[in-house]
Parts: sequence; structure tokens; C-alpha cells
Amino acid sequence: MAENLALPGVRRREWPKWLKLPVLIGFGIIGFWVLVCLSVDFWPIDNPIDMVARRLQPPSFDHWFGTDALGRDVLSRTLHGARFSLMMSCAVIIFAVLIGSTIGAIAGYVGGFVDGALMRLVDVTLSFPPILLAMAVTAALGPGLENAAVAMIIVWWPIYARLMRGQVLSVKSREHVEAAVAAGASHSRTLLKHILPLSWSPILINATMDFGQVVLLTASLSFIGLGASPPTPEWGSMISEGAIHFYQWWICAGPGIAILSVVLGFNFLGDGLRDLLDPRSK
Amino acid sequence: MTRYIVRRLLSLPLLLLGIVSLAFLISHATQGDPLASIVSERQMDNPEVVAAAKARWGLDKSLPEQYFIYIRNLLSGDLGTSFRTKQPVAQDLLERLPATLELVIAAMLLGSTTGIVLGVLAARFRDRVIDHAARLWALIGSSTPVFWSGLIFLYIFSVVLGWLPGPGRLDARATPPEGLTGFLTIDALLIGDMGLFWDALHHLMLPALVLGWTVMGIVSRLVRASMLDVLSQDYITAARARGAGEVRVLLNHALRNALVPTLTIIGFTFAYLITGAVLTEAIFSWTGIGSYAVDAARSLDYPAIMGVTIVGGAAFLLTNLATDIAYAFADPRIRLS
Amino acid sequence: MTAPLLEVRDLGIAIGALDVVRGVDLSLGRGKTLGLVGESGCGKSITMLAIMGLLSEHVRVTGSIRLSGDELVGKPQSALAELRGKRMAMIFQDPMTSLNPVMTVGEQLGEAIAIHQPRMKRQARQARALDLLRLVAIPFPDRRLLQYPHELSGGMRQRVMIAIAMANDPELLIADEPTTALDVTVQAQIMELLQRLQAERHMGMLLISHDLGVVGDIADEVAIMYAGRICERGSVDAVFDSPHHPYTHGLLASLPQIDRTVGKLASIPGALPSLASRPQGCRFHPRCFHAQETCRREEPQLRPVASGAVAACHFAEIAVPSRKAEEVA
Repeated sequence: MAENLALPGVRRREWPKWLKLPVLIGFGIIGFWVLVCLSVDFWPIDNPIDMVARRLQPPSFDHWFGTDALGRDVLSRTLHGARFSLMMSCAVIIFAVLIGSTIGAIAGYVGGFVDGALMRLVDVTLSFPPILLAMAVTAALGPGLENAAVAMIIVWWPIYARLMRGQVLSVKSREHVEAAVAAGASHSRTLLKHILPLSWSPILINATMDFGQVVLLTASLSFIGLGASPPTPEWGSMISEGAIHFYQWWICAGPGIAILSVVLGFNFLGDGLRDLLDPRSK
Repeated sequence: MTRYIVRRLLSLPLLLLGIVSLAFLISHATQGDPLASIVSERQMDNPEVVAAAKARWGLDKSLPEQYFIYIRNLLSGDLGTSFRTKQPVAQDLLERLPATLELVIAAMLLGSTTGIVLGVLAARFRDRVIDHAARLWALIGSSTPVFWSGLIFLYIFSVVLGWLPGPGRLDARATPPEGLTGFLTIDALLIGDMGLFWDALHHLMLPALVLGWTVMGIVSRLVRASMLDVLSQDYITAARARGAGEVRVLLNHALRNALVPTLTIIGFTFAYLITGAVLTEAIFSWTGIGSYAVDAARSLDYPAIMGVTIVGGAAFLLTNLATDIAYAFADPRIRLS
Repeated sequence: MTAPLLEVRDLGIAIGALDVVRGVDLSLGRGKTLGLVGESGCGKSITMLAIMGLLSEHVRVTGSIRLSGDELVGKPQSALAELRGKRMAMIFQDPMTSLNPVMTVGEQLGEAIAIHQPRMKRQARQARALDLLRLVAIPFPDRRLLQYPHELSGGMRQRVMIAIAMANDPELLIADEPTTALDVTVQAQIMELLQRLQAERHMGMLLISHDLGVVGDIADEVAIMYAGRICERGSVDAVFDSPHHPYTHGLLASLPQIDRTVGKLASIPGALPSLASRPQGCRFHPRCFHAQETCRREEPQLRPVASGAVAACHFAEIAVPSRKAEEVA
């Protein structure tokens, strides 16, 4: 007891531990962007593809975020960009989780040679710095948002495979699972009924944390020129276009702040989720 | 301990082979046609030109054959020839390596020192303003896309304030010294040209700052967590009980223990550094491997992309191995077991 | 009359609204040993941390702690740090966790010396460290200096902790259950070492223990603590021979004694109440055989009893039969 009281002290909070200001901010930010995604067509803003004003206008009352090199409204393009970023990240995470956890579950459940082979594949894939692997795959498949998505799924699936395998291994040895197997439950039934329900929370925590990283990598690939192609209002390619008109800082400001806020939002959310679901975290 | 290192070293060749194979698979078993980036569209109909190009780049052979040729060449240090520069990829990479290393090392030093300081302060003043501020600053650092913060920093420090120069490694009028280390700051000191040294240093500052910020975010987060863990240990109270002052307790006792787990993520940070370096170099026209990779990817220069991917993967693998071994050495409990 | 080495008056320790320790008085003379006895969780460890000034700023300490007349409560941390390790030193319960795992024995000993004698030369410090290891009778002391804590046995580690505590010849040595984490065979050796050092250096020793047997062997005075309060305090002879508080009596009765013919091992029913659920009135009453209505309402204060000790029990005179009498019977 006395050890906990020694310098520097630790104060306890009384309200729910996971519900902190950052988590609320995270909810707010992500909620906002989801709302934008769903309803942006009905907003009283300009078409993101059309030339609506003179080129390279600084922020004004008519165009809050200014206009870009082709006279398009930066605010409108930023808001529309949310669709590409969020939907793409959603797709990437969902597929990476599905593919990764299926493979990981099989590896962990079957064990032996299958496990060894699959895990070596995971090791090798994780040996690449993510951006290099994504660049190589996208370049090989040909530039474009869909191919960038495939590349990112290839980058992310091994993380979930490893996670799921670890979960399956630890859950497999628990008594109720052993009992189910002893009682003659089939393999798929054991996996689905007894093992998976216990494994979803670390996956969910990781997926939330990774969401921001996927948004970042999507934008990075587009920035390099491997993702979205003009005139798609994608944040990374907008910054890439803005970089040419370096002195007109506002062209980059909108999409940059958008990326930052989404990544920050998911980091906040992920932290809160971990506090809520992971009993080991402090 | 020795057995552990030996086991790790033994698994290394296999993993390296895996890296090469996967890179090969990715760049060869795909829809993209490498011919399109060698032969101009007009000459695509000319079978002679196409055949000649195929023969020259070894594309006329079967995939397994190409694979074994690639492996054989790789063993003699040949990574193939770049479609774009028409130079051996290995030579291209070697020429550009010092620039990347200079940037990465500067960023690492900047990021880890500030990260450690912030982490220690945040842990010591847990739940106070300084803690929240340090954590927010670090989180923003690791959430900001470097290609954007690079532009913003350039705009602020170079355009608005005029404190630091724009992109590039040196002033356009300056000539870099040849045949030395390739680290411009060190080369300038070697030839005793202080003007050149300041120029190189000034050019290095912004990209290192941008890249270091992401590192700082990761390092400070980890240092804070492990400092909090260490500060609740008995030996910290024991150190205070023998009269150790606050600074001594924090630095000599707590940080020394907290840095051991921090070492492990240096390998992990390396992945971020590579990602960051690729984009930072693109923004700052930094003639390193990162901008080479971007140029290669943009022009679909497969041999170059493959070369960079393989070298990057190998470097990542080796850094991880090195940090694991360093970790084992840093903790006497592991070292002596 | 000079001030006693350590004098604690009306010590209160609180964390937020929780009273951890209240109204503790202790006094220890030079060259004497005071035993502080109680179950784990009764507040003895936190009392000792308060004396050393090692509690975090969130913990409120009230009352007075004087070291040779020098008031410690309210002293800034920097001033306290100067006293710690120099005039008062401390040994911890678990030598495994109280030595820094990444520093060699020599480094930690050297640090303990260097903090208070910064001008001492490196070589002199080295020699002093070696002397200290000899003092605590560690075999091959020169080799030990270069070793890390995990390479030493538990008993050896505790000897190192003692050597560190002795580095600057403190006047007061606080030993917090110094033998609890050790093997039985080593326990006696460590206690012997502590006794010898105390006699040689004429130190005051505050020995914290849950083991009445150990305290009875080496202490001059004893204070029994229950749920954050002192329930009986006096000379070892007085308290051990005729305990006046039912709790003390229970503790003594649960002690296996070789010289007692009847091998009856009594134990106190119930458990120490948690911090938040301490009862009204006498804190011991839910576990006391003799509890009356008064005990539930009024908190008893320490008052002199026949043995010469002081006890905090409403029925000190009648509740507990003299142990001597029991033995006769």
C-alpha cells in the first residue's frame, strides 16, 4: 500500500476512466467527418470539380479556404475529400482485418506446418517499411486509388494475422474451449462459437488506432502520385497540387488540417477504447 | 544470451531471402507492363524494338529464370539497372545513401533528445499542464503528415521569417566537395570551409525538424510510459532515501532504467523514419534514397523500386536485430544470463 | 535535558478525505531501539515514509516530527534530501526491488557516499565503499563492487542495502521489515548484523515489523499500531509482560513460545478493516472479545496503565488478564 503513496503521487479519477476530454474530442472530430461524408452533397458549397472563381484567390468571405490553381473552391474540395479518405480507409481496415484475422485464426488453430509457413509470410511482410511496400505494390499494379487500397491491405493484414493468432493460441488453451473440443464440437464451430468472441476487443482497439495511419498512408501515396489522380478531390493529391503553388499556402491548409484532425481523432478514440476494453492498460 | 543472438542471426538469411522473393513477386507478377516504361508508345508496334528491349532487360526469359538471375546478381551486389537513370541501381543508391543517412541521423538525434526530455518532464509532472501539453504536442507531431508540415515549416521559416533557406542540401551556387564522406556537414568541416558548413547545416535544419517531430512523438510517449512505471518502483524510493535529489533520481535512476525499453522502439521508429524520409526528401528536394524511391515509383522504374524496397526491408530487419541485441546488452539482467 | 533523537508528536497522515494515520506519538533515544509493530496495512510503513519525508505531495502530513529537535514536517524536499542518507537512513523490506537493477553495487554505494560527500575523490570513495562492504561482512567485497544486484543472493542484497544505509554514519536507522523477504536462516544473521552495527555506532533504530518475537528480542521500547493508531506503547518488558490492550494481548498470544508449556496458538478473529471502512469508536472493537457499548461509541485515548506503559483501551485494567497471571494459572 505504502508504495503507491510514495512520490510522485497518483491521483484517482472518479468518473468513468475511459471517458476523458480527448476521447470526447475524438468522438466529435470523427462524428463531424462522418456527417460530412454522408451529407456533403446537400451542403450549400460549390462543386469540387468545377472552376467557380478566379485562380489562386486567398481565403475570402465567398471562398473561406480560398481557391486553387484551377479556380476551384478549396473548402468544397476538402469536404468532399473526406469521402475518399474515410471510405478508402474503412475498406482497407475491413479487408485487412478480415483477411488477416482469418489467416491468423487458421494458423493459430491448426498449428504445425501451416502455422509456421503463414507466420514466416507475416514476418517477411512486416519486414518492409510500410510506405516502401505500399509504393512497390501500387507502382506494380499501376497507380490509382483502388490499387493503393490493395497495397495497403497487403501492408496491414499481417498485423491482424499476428494479433489473431496470439489471441487464438491463448484462448485455445482455456478450459471451456478444451471442454468444447472434448465434447466433440467441430473445428469451425469451436472457432466461431468459443474463440472468436473473446478475440475481438484487441482487434477493435488496433483497428481504430490503425485507421488514422491508413488515412495518412493513403494521403502519402496520393501525394507521391500513386493514389488518386486529378481532378479527384483527395487530400494527399490536393496537397501535392498545392505544393507547386507554394506561396499560396491556403491550397494546402485545408486538406492538411483535415488529415491532421482525422488522424488525431482516431488516436484519441483508440486511446479511449483501449482504456475501456483492455483491462491491462493503465 | 549468446544462443539468442546466434538464433537471431541464423534466421536472418531466410528472412532476407523472403524479402527479396516477395519484392520480386510483387514487381513481376502484376498487371503493370514494365515495357511501357522502357519503350515509347510509338515504338510499341515495332516488334524488333520490343524484342531488343526485352532481351536487354532480361524480360524475354521465364519468371523463375528471371528470379534466379536476379538472386545471382544480387549476391554479387548487382541490383539491376534503373530504367530511368540507366545506371546500376546499387550505384544510384550508394550515391544517395549519405544524404539520407545525414538527414535520418540528424532527425533521430533531434527527435530522440527532445522526445526523452518531454517524456521525462511529462512523467515527473504527471496530470499537470506540462504533461498534457507535452503529450498533445507529441501526438500532433505523430499525426501530422510530414509532406504537409514540411510545406508549412518551409513557408513559415523560409518564406515568411526568412530564417532558414528553402529546399535542397546546399545553396544553388555552392559546389559540394567531391569524393569525401558525402555527409555535407562533415565534408565541409573536413575541408575547413565554415561558410559551406553553415550553409549545409542551415539546409539540414528544417527537414530534420520536420522528420524529428514524428520521432519525438513516438519517443516521448514511450519514455513517459516507462518513466511512470519506473518511478513507482521501490528502488526509486530507496534512492530518495539515501538523499538523492530530484534531478539525480530522475536522470541517474529512473531514466537509466526507462531507456532500456525505449531502445526497443528505435527499430520500430526506423519504419516511421523511412516513411518520413521518403516524403520529407520529396518536399525538400533532398537528393537521397527517399526522393529516389518517389521518382522511381512515379516513373514506374521497376528495378529501382525493387532495389529500394529490398534495401529498405533489409535495413529495417538489421536495425531491428541490432536494437534487440543492444537491448539485451543494455539490461544487465539479460546480458549476464 | 537534550531533545531525544526522534520525537513524533500527534502525527496525522491523510490522503484526500481518508485518514491513514492519526495521533501517533513516538519517541526514540540515541542508541536505543524502538519497535513499531502491527499487521500489514495498519499504517506503519507510511509512518516511516513520513518520517523520512518520502511521501508524495498529495499526501497530507500534520503534527510534528523532530530529529534531534529539528522539525521535519513542512521542510522543503531539498532540505529533507540533505538529511536523508546522512542523518537518517532506511532499509527496505524487499532488497530485490529496492536496489537499482541497472547499477552495480559499487555504483550505488559510491552514489550514497558521493551525495553527501561530493568532494571526496573517486579512489577514496572506492575505498570507503569497500570498507562498508566489509563492515556488513560480505565475502569477497572487491568482487561485489562490480556486480549487479541480480547476481547476489537475497541476504547479500540486504547487506548491501545496509551498507548503503551506513554510508554516512546516520544517527537514525529506519528498518522496514528488514528480514521479511529473506530466508529464515538468513533472517537471524541480518538481525544480528543490525544489532551489532547499532551498538557499535550508537545509532537509534526504528524497527518496523509484524513479528513481535523479533522486536521482543532486540528492541528497548515498543509501540503497537492498529488501523492507523497506536494502541499500546511502552518498554518491551512492560508491554510484553503485562499487555493492557486486547490487541497486544492477542498478538502475544498468537506468538509461538518455546518456554511456554501449553502449545496453544491463539489468533485474533476477523481482519484489519480497510482504510475506508474503519469502524466508529474503538477501531478494534469489532474484533474484541470484551467490546462494550462504550467501545462502539467512544474512541479510547492513550493513558498510563499499571505496567508503566500507555494503552488506548476503555477497559485496559479489566479486559486483559495479566499475562503473568495467565501463565501461573
